[in-house]
Amino acid sequence: MEELLNYFIIPLIMIFVVVGVGAFFMAYCTLMERRVLGFVQSRLGPNRVGPQGLLQPIADGVKLMLKEDVSPAVADKWVFTLAPILSFIPPIVLLAVIPFGTQWTIPGTSITVNLYVADLNIGILYLLAISSLGVYGLILGGWASNSKYSLLGALRAAAQMVSYEVAMGLSIIGVLMIASSLSLVDIVNAQKEMQIWFFIPQCIAFFIFLVSMFAETNRLPFDLPEAENELVAGYFTEYSGMRFALFYLAEYFNMIIVSSVAITLFLGGWMRPFPGVEFLSFLDIIPSWLWFMGKLICFIYLFIWVRSTFPRYRYDQLMRLGWKWLIPLALANILVTGLVMILIQ
Amino acid sequence: MKKIEPLVDTQEMVINMGPQHPSTHGVFRVILYLDGETIMDCKPVIGYLHRGVEKLGENLTYPQVQPITDRMDYLASPAYNLGYVGAVEKLMGIEVPPRAEYIRVMINELTRIASHLVWLGTHALDVGAMTIFFYCWREREMVLDLFERYCGARLTTNTFRIGGLQQDIPEGFIEEVQDFINLLPSRIKDYETILTSNRIWLNRLKNVGIISAEEAINLGLSGPNLRGSGVKWDLRKAEPYCGYEKFDFIIPTGENCDSYDRYVIRLEEMRQSIRIIQQTIDGLPGGDIRAKIPKVLKPPVGEIYHRVEAPKGELGFYIYSDGSTKPYRFRVRAPSFVNLQSFATMIKGHLVADVIAVIGTLDFVLGEVDR
Repeated sequence: MEELLNYFIIPLIMIFVVVGVGAFFMAYCTLMERRVLGFVQSRLGPNRVGPQGLLQPIADGVKLMLKEDVSPAVADKWVFTLAPILSFIPPIVLLAVIPFGTQWTIPGTSITVNLYVADLNIGILYLLAISSLGVYGLILGGWASNSKYSLLGALRAAAQMVSYEVAMGLSIIGVLMIASSLSLVDIVNAQKEMQIWFFIPQCIAFFIFLVSMFAETNRLPFDLPEAENELVAGYFTEYSGMRFALFYLAEYFNMIIVSSVAITLFLGGWMRPFPGVEFLSFLDIIPSWLWFMGKLICFIYLFIWVRSTFPRYRYDQLMRLGWKWLIPLALANILVTGLVMILIQ
Repeated sequence: MKKIEPLVDTQEMVINMGPQHPSTHGVFRVILYLDGETIMDCKPVIGYLHRGVEKLGENLTYPQVQPITDRMDYLASPAYNLGYVGAVEKLMGIEVPPRAEYIRVMINELTRIASHLVWLGTHALDVGAMTIFFYCWREREMVLDLFERYCGARLTTNTFRIGGLQQDIPEGFIEEVQDFINLLPSRIKDYETILTSNRIWLNRLKNVGIISAEEAINLGLSGPNLRGSGVKWDLRKAEPYCGYEKFDFIIPTGENCDSYDRYVIRLEEMRQSIRIIQQTIDGLPGGDIRAKIPKVLKPPVGEIYHRVEAPKGELGFYIYSDGSTKPYRFRVRAPSFVNLQSFATMIKGHLVADVIAVIGTLDFVLGEVDR
């Protein structure tokens, strides 16, 4: 019975909670994006559905559900349907390994739960492996639509995501070397032991990760695959209704995932700021998952802020930035990290 | 030796961009021949907005022609009105009173600001900087409000009248214009903060859409597009009309002949327009606003070509009068139409993303291209 509870029921409940909260959070990311953009651009944004537009995501969801699901006559029906699903599943699967908090006792009870679904000992590898599957959704979607704009968008997406994955993967290695673990939980614990958030010793890696993060999620200034002014809407030009919504939601889910990874690797995960400073320990009253949420919201805000500020890169410039600057820089970072670690020992 | 046939071969991809494309600024269509993302060739197609304005003009009396000039460059109607009334006045030898001239210049320069704001907003939006678009629209809205205050209309203003103005400026108008030009420099600074030294903006605009001075002249470019190539040619200075010789302003020119220079120039032109408006406010003379003109306009037999510096370039009106109340022949040299010719030259060998940047930098309005 004990085993059933520990290995089946609790994880199952956690999965439901994580996916549910994740989906809820993502829905409100869309609202946040529109409201913050409105704020930056001196306009209002959606504020009519519910108080301050708080019911807007629900209205949008209902609208997209009820829309006619058009698929072009010349499209490859199977792949066309499969593509949005393919791009939507990886980010959900990735939620499994994100540690949203440390052990947490539910107030009023004595039940203590781990605030993550699984603590994989190859967590980072799992992340990289699954997240690179996401590009299949985009490229298949673009190809199956049988439209030239979609195809161009898909090609751009493939090239961009593959090249920035390299930079992203290399930037993570420095952190792995310091933490000497691939498990995300252990990496956060390592930051606790060393009493420092890893973005300080790994500032270059953090910067590279930050840039690749935008490229991986196809957000401005790297939103070339869907550059609406050039390619109409890129790979999802021909999509409508719920299939379009899946692509759209996958983008937001991806934003949440990469932000979570950045928080876990570089910004101390669920920990409070300055984990080593004693007199700030009163901050520990705030539960760990709230710290995580707060950091996550800041990251989402950063995404929106950047979107409202920067123009878009051109395809060749994007490639040049990735291969000629970020990847060599990441490699150099690994080298320097290694040297410093040897010297300290 | 046997020749080995390659297993894969490459094909040119033909993309039809427009007439319904988010960033072709209206119903412009261009057929692109692509190798990967590089443009090998392109064919611009125009004419989707042709309304036969010039033929229409031959069937209307001289005052009736004026409203249709609004509908050519609908982003800068007063500049078109000014060109048209100028042509008719020149044909009939009418002297416009100085007060009317000053007010005309004021409205015309406000138009230039509004037109350049639309250009900056849409250009930046095409390149991906979304916020600038809303900021520019906010300021342009103020200009349109001023137009509305003056003549009741916002876009198709039909502002001026042959021989002067329809009405004097309303009470408090000067103060509102003053408020606006006091505010605008700080707003232009805001745009510059976001764009001018932004790496991505520089990357996207520098060395894109290059056209040498010689080529530009050969293709008949005018306006900021010509000045971007370093040619100091502005009809307000070269052939002053409407009393422009009385105002002190400079003509900004570029050096690198690229999109970025044209961007800098247009921003500077907005500042110069502010200077001119300030001078019209300071020196606004009193007196009549309309010359004595006959009730029915019957210009003498003859022809006239009158050109003015519209926000987008040299705008010319050719009118052939047979002595009746209607022009016998009415022809417009629309700056956008001529500027658009350089599109293919600018774009060949560049990438798809540059098409958008070049369309933006040329600043054309399809209403005036197709007429």
